[in-house]
Amino acid sequence: MQNFFLDNSDVLFHFKKLDLRDIVAIAENDYAEAKEFPDAPVNYDDAMENYKKVLEVVGDLAANRVAPRAAAVDHEGVMLQNGTVSYASGTQKSLHELAQADLMGMILPRKYGGMNFPFTIYIMAVEIIARADASLMNLFGLQDIGDTIRKFGNEQQRQEFLPKFSTGEYTGAMALTEPDAGSDLQSVKLQAYQNQDGAWFLRGVKRFITNGNGEVLLVLARSEAGTKDGRGLSLFVCNGSDGVKVRRIENKLGIHGSPTCELQFNDTPAQLIGSRKFGLIKYVLDLMYRARMGVSAQALGISQAAYEEALRYARDRVQFGKAIYALPAVSNMLIEMRVALEVNRSLLYYTAQAVDRKEKIEELVEKLREEGKPFSEQTVELKQATKIANLLTPITKYVLAESANRMAYDALQIHGGTGYMKEFRVERLARDARITNIYEGTSQMQIVAAAGTVMNDILHDYFDAKEAQTYRSGFSRLVECLKEIRLLFYDALKYVVEKKDTTFQDIAAKDLVELYSYLIIGYLILDDAEIDQRKVFIANRYILGALAKARSNVESIKSGVFSDILHADKILCGQ
Amino acid sequence: MYHSIVLVKQVPDTANITGNVMQEDGTVNRSKLPAVFNHEDKVALEIALQIKDTYGGTVTAITMGPPRASDILRECLYMGADRVYLISDRKFAGADTLATSYVLSEAIKKIGTFDFIFAGRQAIDGDTAQVGPQTAEKLQIPQITYVEEIRSVENGTVTAKRKIDGGFEIIRCALPVLLTVVKDTAEPRSFKAKRVMTYKGARSLMEIEKLVEGNSLLSVDALVHEYESRSLFIKTLTMDDLHLDLVRCGVHGSPTKVYKVESVVLNSGEHEHVEPTKAGIGKLIDKLMEDHILG
Repeated sequence: MQNFFLDNSDVLFHFKKLDLRDIVAIAENDYAEAKEFPDAPVNYDDAMENYKKVLEVVGDLAANRVAPRAAAVDHEGVMLQNGTVSYASGTQKSLHELAQADLMGMILPRKYGGMNFPFTIYIMAVEIIARADASLMNLFGLQDIGDTIRKFGNEQQRQEFLPKFSTGEYTGAMALTEPDAGSDLQSVKLQAYQNQDGAWFLRGVKRFITNGNGEVLLVLARSEAGTKDGRGLSLFVCNGSDGVKVRRIENKLGIHGSPTCELQFNDTPAQLIGSRKFGLIKYVLDLMYRARMGVSAQALGISQAAYEEALRYARDRVQFGKAIYALPAVSNMLIEMRVALEVNRSLLYYTAQAVDRKEKIEELVEKLREEGKPFSEQTVELKQATKIANLLTPITKYVLAESANRMAYDALQIHGGTGYMKEFRVERLARDARITNIYEGTSQMQIVAAAGTVMNDILHDYFDAKEAQTYRSGFSRLVECLKEIRLLFYDALKYVVEKKDTTFQDIAAKDLVELYSYLIIGYLILDDAEIDQRKVFIANRYILGALAKARSNVESIKSGVFSDILHADKILCGQ
Repeated sequence: MYHSIVLVKQVPDTANITGNVMQEDGTVNRSKLPAVFNHEDKVALEIALQIKDTYGGTVTAITMGPPRASDILRECLYMGADRVYLISDRKFAGADTLATSYVLSEAIKKIGTFDFIFAGRQAIDGDTAQVGPQTAEKLQIPQITYVEEIRSVENGTVTAKRKIDGGFEIIRCALPVLLTVVKDTAEPRSFKAKRVMTYKGARSLMEIEKLVEGNSLLSVDALVHEYESRSLFIKTLTMDDLHLDLVRCGVHGSPTKVYKVESVVLNSGEHEHVEPTKAGIGKLIDKLMEDHILG
């Protein structure tokens, strides 16, 4: 029996490497939950055993049920008939099975029927599911919506919605985007108003809403009439069947199993989540960080599938009397893919743990506050954890989504003309990958999100510590390369700062963020290589490649190649 | 509300036979093969669980086998079985279908009343399809074999569709009844994550005895009690727990003697080339009809 968890040695490597001790202790309330729930772990080892066994269930479902249906799901797509959206039959079966296996409430608390899993483990499950069918991840990966209600809603809302998310009876949607508010969510117009009794209603249109047909919608709406920016927006929850019309579903390039809806809210009754005016600036930003991790895991799952297709095809396809696998040009492409796959995985699970840490410290602070205990120490810790999570998340999304596109592209290339044909899985993967660097914030928006912290060099002390660390003697060249990349980064940064030109800064941000990403990933893969001899190959190729790219990044910044931006109109429109 | 008992068996994973598994004498080296849940028995468990989902009741899974058969009982718990029993004793070893069905039927009498017994049509190691029917005979209850669909359960009867050569039969039968199912009857459900976490530590008597071995601080009785109190004890029935006639168990109770095992490889004597054209296919069909393979 195939299993997408157990058959992936690299995922197992990262699972073994996870250090969730503090996180799980907080989440499990020092393992007091075990007294109340028979499925709760009694200690850390027991918790890890639970996660492993459950990921085995996910891996089994993904490999033996979800993956074999993916081609038919892609072909069949979703349907809108008389205002009702229906999933492809394979999607329906998979959703039913995921719910039956208790997997739709992985991160929700047990008292609402969930399993109280760390975010990191959930992200691992998302990668596994996406490898089987990227479009199913869009539905499986909506568990964050329930989690947002848990975090910011009131107890009554938690009780109303969460148990049904856990059983899979409810699926959700995040209704944020509008025709005129995509990357720029501050300009959301959908109107939220109150009647005399203070009850809220929603009126307006949302567009490009993944699973907009879901039973529970989280809606970003303008509650403060007359305002224009993000401070006039609040977050609402409403019932999808109550005054919400699916006007159309989009005909998309990829992820055909996931319905993308245009929604019309006709005085839809809604409940306010949390406090007014915090909709965008607090709740949606929080939700977005986790959603971006979901898309990163989706991108990685697609990358894994694309790599496997490419490898299999290259081994089978004989040209010039041998498998094309043996042609240096092809094997080099495969190695590039494999290296990208493994370093991306290191980054994803490192970031996932950072997000987990931030969320759990947040919960701890909240708990201490309620109990009237001192929490100043944890507040300092939280501040630092938040900064790191906020830096790593957009970098991860940027790197993994761009990389997934590159990998799907190369995997198709290795197939030659065959890969261009619908019969081959790689064709679907290339289409599915394309959305990952667009939704939940385009790559360009991820650069914007990361640029500020990168320019403030918030990992300065971390890199200092890494440079002081003693690595195996064989690693000295790689360590030197990373030191050189860091110097190159400072050189470029100094140049950008001294130029004091915001337009230039906006363009140079991409190179700066990339430079910083080489350092983050470089040290992660070096640490991996310390534990696993095979990873030395990966570290070697990644770090040497990164140095070459770093030199090019700095060259772009300093050569003045961007100076023509001032003449954009002349170049582009001939004016 | 219906109470079902499901007969399950752990078998060698014949789907993954590799080079060194087949021995020179044509027999299988079981120690080289991973042991798995016999698929049709898993289908039987699925049907029992579906009946429980629809009408309420309980599902009890039982297996006769060596101590390591506890693995599949844990899997039964992960899927949703309420209770599981391991029937295990060295004296049961070497049993053929007659001895097996004798022990199973006596164990079922001890376990209690039931409306249904479900079993897979056959196990992939023996391929006899006899244990289910023989168990029904010994319990003196009716049986429906080769079931591919449960049509309805009402007024103390079950209506089932059974596969027969060239067609099917619809049979209605009063409960209690034993049914054996084929692989297409249902797709077994996945493990339920919460049950996996809850029951991953479930242990049978033999597994507990193993824990106690070499540790003078532990006692079997105390540990069994502890596992029982946490609902993690896999109830274990041995020779001592059942009122059995020793000569009807294990090797003594098994008249089947394997005379010889031969590895038979069928080679095609001749072959004919068929052109992939309409005319070629037409000829092929004519030839097949001539030989009474078609039509």
